[in-house]
Amino acid sequence: MATTDTNPRFRLTPRSATKYPILVLSCFGFLFVVLLAAVFADLLAPKSYTALDLPNRLQAPAFLGGPAQYLLGTDELGRDIVSRLLFAIRVSVFVAILGTVIGAVIGTFLGFLAAHARGWVEEGIMMMVDVQAAVPFLIIALAVLAFFGNSLTLFIVIMGINGWENYARLTRGMVLSASSHGYAMAVRSLGARPWRIYGRHILPNIASALIVQFTLNFPSTILLETSLSFLGLGIQPPLTSLGQMLGAGRNHLILAWWIAVIPGVTIFLTTLSISIVGDWLRDRLDPTLRGR
Amino acid sequence: MNLRFVVTKIFRALVTIMIVLSFVFIALRVSGDPIEILLGDEADTDVIEYYRAKYGLDRPIHEQYFLYFKGLMDGDFGISFKDERDAVDVVVERIPRTLQLGITSFLFGLLLGIPLGIFAALNRNSALDRFTMGFAVLGYSIPNFFLGIVLILIFAMWLRFLPSSGSGTWYHMIMPVVTLGTAGAGSLARFARSSMLEVLNKSYMRAAAAKGVPRLRRINWHALPNAAIPIVTVIGFRLGDLVAGSVVTETVFAWPGVGRLLVTSVGARDLAIVQTILILVALTMVIANLLVDLIYGWIDPRIRVSSTMEKD
Repeated sequence: MATTDTNPRFRLTPRSATKYPILVLSCFGFLFVVLLAAVFADLLAPKSYTALDLPNRLQAPAFLGGPAQYLLGTDELGRDIVSRLLFAIRVSVFVAILGTVIGAVIGTFLGFLAAHARGWVEEGIMMMVDVQAAVPFLIIALAVLAFFGNSLTLFIVIMGINGWENYARLTRGMVLSASSHGYAMAVRSLGARPWRIYGRHILPNIASALIVQFTLNFPSTILLETSLSFLGLGIQPPLTSLGQMLGAGRNHLILAWWIAVIPGVTIFLTTLSISIVGDWLRDRLDPTLRGR
Repeated sequence: MNLRFVVTKIFRALVTIMIVLSFVFIALRVSGDPIEILLGDEADTDVIEYYRAKYGLDRPIHEQYFLYFKGLMDGDFGISFKDERDAVDVVVERIPRTLQLGITSFLFGLLLGIPLGIFAALNRNSALDRFTMGFAVLGYSIPNFFLGIVLILIFAMWLRFLPSSGSGTWYHMIMPVVTLGTAGAGSLARFARSSMLEVLNKSYMRAAAAKGVPRLRRINWHALPNAAIPIVTVIGFRLGDLVAGSVVTETVFAWPGVGRLLVTSVGARDLAIVQTILILVALTMVIANLLVDLIYGWIDPRIRVSSTMEKD
C-alpha cells in the first residue's frame, strides 16, 4: 500500500492492473483505426468527398432510416458524410502530426542551443518561452491569421509554433543537468564535439521525456486546428477537416444534427484516447515522473 | 515580502509586454502596407501619401517604432475600418459581457471542481472517486465547441428549455457558462484530488491523528491550507484556457463579447481591433500571472526564497 499511496496522480486504471489495461488497449485500437482512415482515406471512401447529390440533401444515416447508400447520411449539398469524414480525418491528422513534429524539432533544438550557449542566447530563448507561455496561443494564432491572411502553409507553421516552448524548457533543463553527469563529462574529456555529445549521448537519455511531451502536445495541436477550423479561420473549403465539418454542420442542427455530431465525436474520442495513452506511456517510459 | 522577488517578477512582466507589442509592430509592418489594407487597392496615390505621412509611415523604421509606442501610451490603438470608430472604444464596450461570462464560468469551475476533487481524495478508490474522476477526465477532454453544440442540441432543440443564443436574460447564461466552465471544473477536480492526497500522506497528518485531533479539524486545519498552495497556481494557469475558451464559446452561443468580436475581426481582417484585443489579452494575462506569483509567494514562504536564487 505504501507504494501506491506515494503516487497521488489520478489513474483511470488501478495500479494492480495488467501491463496493458483494457482501456489503454481500446484507445490504441481507436487511434489505429483513425490512422488507417487517414492513410487510406482515398481507398476507403465510397464516393468523392466533394461529389454533390442535390436530390439527396441532409439524408439521415442509414442506421437512422436514411438511404442505404449513405452509411452516415449526407450534408447540406448531398455530399457523402463517410467520405468527407475520412478526408477530414486525413487533413486533421496530417496537419496535427506535421505541426507537432515541427514544434518538437524547433523546441528541442532551441532547448539544446540555450543549454549550450548560455549567456544572452539562453536569456533570449527563455524570454520567448515566457512570452508564449503567458499569452493563450489561440489568441496569438488568431492575430497571426489576421495579420498575414490564411494559407495552408502559414496554418501548418502556426500549428508548429504551438507548444515549442514546452520542448525548449524541458530540453534545456534536462541538458543542463545531464551535462554535469559523469557520462557526458567522460565523453567530453575523450574529446567528443558538442554535436556528438548532444546527439549520440544526451538526446537518447532525454528522449523518453520528450516523447511523453509529444503525446501531451499532440491533442492540443488537434484541438487548436479543429477550433480554428470550427471558427471558419483554419482549413478552408474545398479542403475539409474535422473542425470545419463541425463548424459547417452547426448551421443544420435542427434538420440534420449528425453532420455536426459525427465529426465532433471523432475529435472527442481521438483527443481522449491520446490523453489516456499518453498518461499510460508517461508512467511506463519515464520512471522519474512517477510520484509527481 | 522579499523586494528582489517582487522586482524580478515585475521586470519579467514588463519585458513580456514589450515583446508582445514589438511583435505586433513587426507583424503589422511585415504583413503589408497598413494604409493599402486600410484604403484598398483603388485608392489614389495622393491619398495614400497623405495618410502615410499622417501616420508617420514615411519615416525611418526606428522612428515609427518610437511613434507606435507613443501612440499606444496616448491610447491610440488605431481605428476600426469597419465602423470607423476608435478600436479601443469598440473593444471596451464588449468587455463587460465577456467578464460577466468569464467570471461566472470561473466560479462555476472553481465551486464544482475543487470540492469534488477534495471529496474524491477523502474517499479515495471508492466507486464515487472513480465515477467523479471519470467525469473529470471526460469534462476536460471534450472540446468546448463540441460540448456547446451538444448542449444546444439537447437543451435548446430537443427539450426546448433554454435559448440557443443571445444574452438577454440569465437563462441565456446557463449553457455558455457550463460550456466554458466544464473543462476548468474537470482539471481543477483532478488537481485538487492529487494535491489533497499528497498532503494526506504527510507525516504531520499522521502526527495530528496520533495526538487525537478529530478528523474534521485535521482536514480543515491541517490538510486544506497545505493543499491550497499548488491549487492556487493551477487556478492561475486556468485563466489562459478561460480566455481562449471564451473566444470559442462566445462564437458558439452568439454571445456579444470580446471573443466573438475577435473572431469576426480576424475574418474581416480589421487589424486595429485585432491588435487592440491581442494587447488587452497580453496585459490581462501578464498582470494575472504576476498576481498569482505574488500571492503564491505570500502563502508559501519557500517560493520567495528559492525563486530569487534560480528561476526554473
